[in-house]
Amino acid sequence: MKIAIASGKGGTGKTTLSVNLSVMISEKLNTEITLIDLDVEEPNSKLFIEAEKQKEEIVNVMVPRWDKDLCDNCGKCKNICEYNALVGLKNSVMIFPELCHNCYLCSDFCPQNALPMVPMKIGVITEYAKGKLKFAEGRLDVGIEQAVPMIKATKKYAQGDSFVIFDSPPGTAHPVIESVSGVDFVILVTEPSPFGFNDLKLAIETMRVLKKSFAVVINRANDEFKDINEYCEKEKIDIIAEIPDKKEIASMYSKGKLFYDEISVPLMKIYDYIKGKKWEK
Amino acid sequence: MGKIKEVVIISGKGGTGKTSVTASFAVLERENCIVADCDVDAADMHLLLKPDFRNKKDFYSGKEAVITPELCINCGKCEEVCRFDAIFQNEVSYYVDPLKCDGCKYCVYVCPVDAIEMKDRHSGYTYISTIKTGATMVHAELKIGSDNSGKLVAEVKDLAKKSAKMLKKEYIIVDGSPGVGCPVLSSLSGAKFVVFVTEPTVSGLHDLKRVYELVSKFKIKSGCIINKADLNRDMTEKIKEYLKAENIKLLATVPYSEYFKKSLREHKTIVEYEGDDEELQNIKLKIRNAWDKIKEVLK
Repeated sequence: MKIAIASGKGGTGKTTLSVNLSVMISEKLNTEITLIDLDVEEPNSKLFIEAEKQKEEIVNVMVPRWDKDLCDNCGKCKNICEYNALVGLKNSVMIFPELCHNCYLCSDFCPQNALPMVPMKIGVITEYAKGKLKFAEGRLDVGIEQAVPMIKATKKYAQGDSFVIFDSPPGTAHPVIESVSGVDFVILVTEPSPFGFNDLKLAIETMRVLKKSFAVVINRANDEFKDINEYCEKEKIDIIAEIPDKKEIASMYSKGKLFYDEISVPLMKIYDYIKGKKWEK
Repeated sequence: MGKIKEVVIISGKGGTGKTSVTASFAVLERENCIVADCDVDAADMHLLLKPDFRNKKDFYSGKEAVITPELCINCGKCEEVCRFDAIFQNEVSYYVDPLKCDGCKYCVYVCPVDAIEMKDRHSGYTYISTIKTGATMVHAELKIGSDNSGKLVAEVKDLAKKSAKMLKKEYIIVDGSPGVGCPVLSSLSGAKFVVFVTEPTVSGLHDLKRVYELVSKFKIKSGCIINKADLNRDMTEKIKEYLKAENIKLLATVPYSEYFKKSLREHKTIVEYEGDDEELQNIKLKIRNAWDKIKEVLK
């Protein structure tokens, strides 16, 4: 079973939940689990997990390179690129690899094979292991604009694993869609505030468009703001667990410490909920 | 009036208080600014500033392929060339999943019967509104699953610049996008000053370093607000050392306070929240000073 932990808003506790849940499952419940950090622009899971590095893989995307000697200036590539990554000038071709979306169109259409596709590094995936926990992190190089290919490559590390948690990026755009694609279930983490509530509604709408089954976990739960509880009840969305708002938890988080013992009750609720689901094959 | 001064507030990490700080600056500057919400993926600033959502406009960005089923001969060439796995076959014909289509147009070129055409992709809305202080705010709504919020961010920034010129406003105050990728790059373009809002946590510092790596490439003047500073004093010191080493101006250290949550629940910025309590007065003063420091640098 593959679970994505996501949220519309950043800073609600996606990583907190992902790392504490994964380590609790591997260490306390002695169960094999894979955690994949897909927040490739700002991957943070590793800050909380002490684990041994297993291997590192450089992730490349394929971009065209202009081969001056083969080019006969036929001009076929001139206006072909939808991303303006390739500009045909009078006697030369200029390529802006950072704008390229790796569609191969220009390369395949060049009659002289003068635009071969060559690798360009966009980031690194690092794989770690700690007992029954397998953990991989995708890290996009700073200044690289395309997060989606990095997310795709990182997801492959979970191939064949039976129990996987994906720590997803925030938002509702393509990176999130790529992260939740193919997963069985999505846990949406929110916080009880007008910001949290607004972004949760966006995230719920996204999951509905994608036809994903999902439920909600409320982090930093308090009694002051109950709009989310009322909304979920009305919309018939399960709130699986509420993690209490405690300054000690915030303080442990600030130091990069795990605290699954402090929140074992809500974590076990989440675990039981996932286990109790009837997964469609 | 001098040049328009654009101040962009970013954080790398979510949940550090970026939007609360941005909205506070906007309220302090009253009508003398244009406010722009570039966190289009999860826009929240409207909850604090109460724009009237006037002047709604459709936003189109990029294109998507559409197959006409009556023309499709099911040869499958389009599926073969699609690098985005966006083309599937149903009982009648091939079809394109718009959520996956990247708009590269490769399929259009290989279709032997011209059954595929490119259509403008409707990816959201922009708004030019008036907020509760009387200032103009530019904001947006991204349609779910849009390929690239960076383009919408660029549009919001463009509209904000035009509004500032037309209305002769001195400042543009921008709530920036999260992360280190395309959207935040878009929100930084043209900035005269960047404010980092961070928190003293391992992830706060980690994300600050990554986003500063990006900002330093643009050589923009920058300053930092450490929010929730008393949550972890050692980490706050570490962040201060980092700021010093990188020559980033420390604008304020703000303590962890329930007043942020309280004011947010009432849909108010903290600078508008009323009360005689010393803790609240202290925070309000710190934020006011931070904004004054930024204006001083931009003089």
